[in-house]
Amino acid sequence: MANVHQFEVVVVGAGGAGLMAALYASRGAKTAVISKLYPTRSHTGTAQGGISAALGNYEEDKPEWHTYDTVKGSDYLGDQDAIEFMCEEAIEAVIELEHMGLPFDRTPEGRIAQRPFGGHTNNETGKPVRRAAHAADRTGHMILQTLYQQCLKNKVNFFDEFQILDFLVTDGKTAGVVAVELATGELHTFHAKAVIFATGGHGRIFEVTSNCYAYTGDGLAVLLRQGIPLEDMEFFQFHPTGIFKLGILITEGVRGEGGVLINGVGDRFMTKYAPSVKDLASRDVVSRAIYTEIREGRGVNGKNYIHLDVRPESVNKYAAIDGRTNLDGSAYTITGTQLLAKLPDIIDFCRVYLGVDPVTQMMPIQPTAHYSMGGIPTNKFGEVVIDSNNTPFPGLYAAGECACVSVHGANRLGTNSLLDLVVFGKHAGLKAAEFAQQADYQKLPSNPEAGALFQVEALRTGSGQENAFEINAEMKTIMFDDVGVYRTEKGMKEALEKVWALQERFKHVKVTDTGKIFNTELLSAWELGNMLEVAEVITESALNRQESRGGHSREDYPQRDDKNWLKHTLAWKKDGKVVIDYKPVTITKYQPKARVY
Amino acid sequence: MQVNLKIFRYNPEVDATFHYETYTLESDETDRILDLLEHVKGYHDGTLSFRRSCAHGICGSDAMRINGKNALACKTLVRDVGDHITVEPLLGLKVQKDLIVDMEPFFDNYKKVLPYFINDSPLPADGRERLQSPEERARFDDTTKCILCAACTTSCPSFWAHDDYLGPAALVTAHRFIYDSRDEAAAERMHIVSETSGLARCHTIFNCTMACPRDIQITKAIGELKMTSLTGKLD
Ligand SMILES: Cc1cc2nc3c(=O)[nH]c(=O)nc-3n(C[C@H](O)[C@H](O)[C@H](O)COP(=O)(O)OP(=O)(O)OC[C@H]3O[C@@H](n4cnc5c(N)ncnc54)[C@H](O)[C@@H]3O)c2cc1C
Ligand code: SF4
Ligand code: FES
Repeated sequence: MANVHQFEVVVVGAGGAGLMAALYASRGAKTAVISKLYPTRSHTGTAQGGISAALGNYEEDKPEWHTYDTVKGSDYLGDQDAIEFMCEEAIEAVIELEHMGLPFDRTPEGRIAQRPFGGHTNNETGKPVRRAAHAADRTGHMILQTLYQQCLKNKVNFFDEFQILDFLVTDGKTAGVVAVELATGELHTFHAKAVIFATGGHGRIFEVTSNCYAYTGDGLAVLLRQGIPLEDMEFFQFHPTGIFKLGILITEGVRGEGGVLINGVGDRFMTKYAPSVKDLASRDVVSRAIYTEIREGRGVNGKNYIHLDVRPESVNKYAAIDGRTNLDGSAYTITGTQLLAKLPDIIDFCRVYLGVDPVTQMMPIQPTAHYSMGGIPTNKFGEVVIDSNNTPFPGLYAAGECACVSVHGANRLGTNSLLDLVVFGKHAGLKAAEFAQQADYQKLPSNPEAGALFQVEALRTGSGQENAFEINAEMKTIMFDDVGVYRTEKGMKEALEKVWALQERFKHVKVTDTGKIFNTELLSAWELGNMLEVAEVITESALNRQESRGGHSREDYPQRDDKNWLKHTLAWKKDGKVVIDYKPVTITKYQPKARVY
Repeated sequence: MQVNLKIFRYNPEVDATFHYETYTLESDETDRILDLLEHVKGYHDGTLSFRRSCAHGICGSDAMRINGKNALACKTLVRDVGDHITVEPLLGLKVQKDLIVDMEPFFDNYKKVLPYFINDSPLPADGRERLQSPEERARFDDTTKCILCAACTTSCPSFWAHDDYLGPAALVTAHRFIYDSRDEAAAERMHIVSETSGLARCHTIFNCTMACPRDIQITKAIGELKMTSLTGKLD
């Protein structure tokens, strides 16, 4: 037990949620941030399109509309008290980011610029509203940089390139975490009164994904092993527009600027599926439409992709057909130069990875695994709640993509994640500090590193008959094919059997690197174990839910079933098996009704 | 197609010095160099170590020398470099293992230029954003794109020669704040970058600009700082 550190609050993760939590926690308590990546490498940095808030910088908008859009987007599974809270805090949160120096794009009057995004509407006209505050197509990059910079300014303590392996519990209360320092391979125990998990998502379990290598569900798996349940894990968002095969995201902002989806026979098919908002319908709706087009033989060249067209002549043509206007009433048009200024990174991705220039050519796209709506159950203060009665676990908090408040319900609206990070990151930080001020440290377990060591040893001493990379590749294919956009009982049962088989095979993996310094092989193998756990919980939760709602789309149960399924799933791992229970959805103002775009 | 991938290897726990290891791989011309490294790690030698995360040129993890030039492994495709590929760690920072270098000195330099927004004036009375015109915003747009990958700094002969040189990346960050109309600490930052370890160490060699995966006009930005340091004017 050589390396023991003591901090009142430990934040695990240095993305948008973790940094925001750290900023606020550090004002009231001695705080440290632990991150397996350098903070500026966190996945928040890849977010492109924007962060939502009803600032109304161009046109009328209000938090109530944002709230309703989010409830509807969630297919009524979001908790309405939390959604209302988030949408009301949104304005202050985005303004606070500006005050921290975030370089948002500007309107001619010098205010924060905003663009339309899928599912965000003027509730009176039903037309898209400009609600996504943006900094070109690198809004997440600017949020991450700004928050990191503010943490430096406020002298927050960082443990960069430390990866946590275990969560410590004493008498049912938070005692700390154990992490490995990548550069030395040494284990470190962080003794804490409160721990905030902000470890991001787990899209790497799917074959085609917009998610980074680090998205392996570490935080979820670590807590699952300590008896904490996961909520609504069956709800995973497939973003309609990923670069064909690579999965790299093409922001919805492209469609916000007027881009349209075109199938293999040259039709703009979204008019069929969402007559009112068309290409800017909610993500689940658009992804299913693309799948249907491809299945019915209207993919491009008979392949499983379609086109995203943002060539100025197409944008202008369809804008005229839609009657889209500028604020002064003139017809909406765009030029190649304006596109370059608004979407520089997107254009760069296409040029680099596809050799396609979006200004003159169409982009081949397919749905890509993007975002987990489910995660560690919390209330709107970021407190982790561990049962159907929402009982808080003392000293444990979560925020960001790893958490499930739930504000996104069955389907997240674009730009609502960045908002979620800053709003709930802040409140988790505040609550954790408040808790730390009145709580004592729990006693550390007598051998705090034991759990972490046990896991590492297993990976070092496997029989070596199996290759971790092969298991990884198989898992991704199974999950993408059978627990992806469309699901059936048969497919998922098979998937589950296969995931179990992979878990068995995983026990025979042996890490060949016996060193301590940057043993990335060891940590990648450990991450694979986490992904297999998470994949199992997702599949079990999805198999269990016999209805279609938001991102969970079952061919054998194509309808939403509010009578039986208007409830959150809670899944535990007990004695090696997934156990499922439920908790009610909080409904305040908006009774469920059919969801039409 | 077949590619010949030669990788710099060094593991301080077993090797007295570095060596190269060559792998022959099947690949597509659209594969990223990062994909090849992953393949080697998965199927040839699990001990091979490198950093990566986003895999599409946004997180700044995997800057390295590819055929002698600094680049991101995830943003360089086989078709960009041909079928004989040599991959080595960045120069000028200590190699910790294989392609992983010690980034601390790089981040230390970053931290020296007050890399955060400073404005202690009262906030707008209406509780809203500070105003900034699109033109004022455009003034520092280019330098907001930096992902701190270190490709620029470690391509600079002046950085190799002078441990104390802040390096282009830190100057890019200074630029981002100095020309932000809302920031109030331009003078302090100008003072920091005008010391001998700052602007004076830049000899306009342009390696940084060539290396930047974000296409930031680094030499131009440093030129603007030099001009401000001479004239005291911010525009
Ligand atoms: C390409 C892309 C574009 C997107 N665009 C948008 C958008 O325009 N608008 C929007 O609202 N949302 C967008 N999203 C979604 C949004 O960006 C993410 O959901 C959000 O950034 C997640 O932030 P986070 O703070 O939860 O996690 P992250 O930023 O990913 O941070 C996770 C942190 O946890 C750390 N970590 C993980 N495991 C461990 C461990 N075991 N030990 C220690 N540290 C660990 C990592 O190092 C990292 O610092 C986009 C997502 C993607 C992938
Ligand atoms: S300026 Fe360019 S090369 Fe230098 S650190 Fe930033 S992104 Fe990398
Ligand atoms: S892995 Fe993120 S920049 Fe290459």
